[in-house]
Amino acid sequence: MKYRSVFDIIGPVMVGPSSSHTAGAVRIGQLARRLFGRAPERADIHLYGSFAHTYRGHATDVALLAGVLGMNTDDPNIPRAFALAQKSGLTYAFHAEAAVPDHPNTTRIVLTAQDARISVTGVSLGGGLVQLTRVDGFELRLSGENPALLIFHEDAAGTIAAATQLLAQSNINISHMEVSRTEKGREALMVIETDQQVPPDTVHDILQQKHILKIVQLG
Amino acid sequence: MFTSIKELVAQAEGTTIGEIMLRREAEHSSREQALADMQESLNVMRAAVHKGMEGVTSHSGMTGGNAQKMHQYLQSGHALTGDTFLRSITYALATNEVNAAMGVICASPTAGSCGVLPGVLLAAQEHMQCSDEDVVLALFCAGAIGLVVANNAMISGAAGGCQAEVGTASGMAAAALTQLRGGTPSMCAHAMAMALKNMLGLVCDPLAGLVEVPCVKRNAAGAANALTASEMALAGVESYVPWDEVIEALYKVGQSIPLALRETAQGGLADTETGRAWKRKLWSGGWKEPASV
Repeated sequence: MKYRSVFDIIGPVMVGPSSSHTAGAVRIGQLARRLFGRAPERADIHLYGSFAHTYRGHATDVALLAGVLGMNTDDPNIPRAFALAQKSGLTYAFHAEAAVPDHPNTTRIVLTAQDARISVTGVSLGGGLVQLTRVDGFELRLSGENPALLIFHEDAAGTIAAATQLLAQSNINISHMEVSRTEKGREALMVIETDQQVPPDTVHDILQQKHILKIVQLG
Repeated sequence: MFTSIKELVAQAEGTTIGEIMLRREAEHSSREQALADMQESLNVMRAAVHKGMEGVTSHSGMTGGNAQKMHQYLQSGHALTGDTFLRSITYALATNEVNAAMGVICASPTAGSCGVLPGVLLAAQEHMQCSDEDVVLALFCAGAIGLVVANNAMISGAAGGCQAEVGTASGMAAAALTQLRGGTPSMCAHAMAMALKNMLGLVCDPLAGLVEVPCVKRNAAGAANALTASEMALAGVESYVPWDEVIEALYKVGQSIPLALRETAQGGLADTETGRAWKRKLWSGGWKEPASV
């Protein structure tokens, strides 16, 4: 079930005009920013399907950029996102794409800063709920509603067991988990959604394990 | 949890749909927290109605000010229909005018359809002089209905047309109002089904893709439809097609609505001479900050 809480339906409290094209867009932008983990210098935002057709009317572009700036869906500064981006030195461009996506409300956000780069694809499901479907080369299904660890690692035997064992030792319960890889034996991504927030020490311990490359934590 | 209206109504026997939803939500947090969060949603809804009644104008200038006109008309005493009916549609308009003006609203289930539920419930509360606690429980009832529709069909105009947005909102409002008025869980479900049936096939065709025309006025229609369905249900009228089959029909109709009529601003009212003119005007201009929000 995509929708679980009554507040997925009665909510979010948000700045209008569209839950899918404004609030959902803020959420995807915000998740991309949190996965990037630092202030981006440039944002390239690609729009597909209904997003590509109607983004100016719904202020989807403004909302995505507001999210990239770290704003929440009810932030009264959302309409000022373009000006605030310029003020903070963030350059940005929007690209309306002709390709037909699987879901009508799809965006791909590429954030860069010096040598760091991330590409995040997300869809807006309606009612403000979103799902990230791709991070860099990896497929995933992440709502961003629960605490999560994104562990980038080498595709080697025992890596997943080592990470999950450390979580078990810290009494962290896994609510959802999936693994995706670019190709066999190369880089892989494990996405672990948890009931509790994972403490920094545990994250640090996992990072020390063999074959672990990088960890991104969502609160 | 519940995955169908049939299950939901069975669980609600001897109590209310809202109470069942509240108990499920309390499993994730606590009863007190869930109630407090819903009261906050109600506060946001009420604030949006007040703001809209004062008069707002959207960034494009396409919508705004009609809630004010309706309020004056209501006070003039020339209206044919009753006070609660008129207040419902006035509050629905007010909320969506605020949404179009990029003000703060509570999506229910979406922003484009955020006026229906507060319109109906706040007008009913004034008439019935009931407490916020009762309205909060009615909002839980609305949320339960919305969850079933969202998980079995869709609630975005891009996925299923306006029937999935204002249609679902109208079904939620019909059930919530029926609960608030003392109807049984079964009556609430019939009210939902009748409201949804009357909205099947409604397309999502906003001018230039803005959530303004026809969205704002369709919220008034969704509120009127919810009142109609609730009154019928309370009189003992039942939906001939079972509740969950109506939701299944909504899903199938949603899938078969052409892409041009699903929030792409390519068909319907968006493809009229006026709609095309707005598209040319807006889509070439880019974003300019509103003077005030």
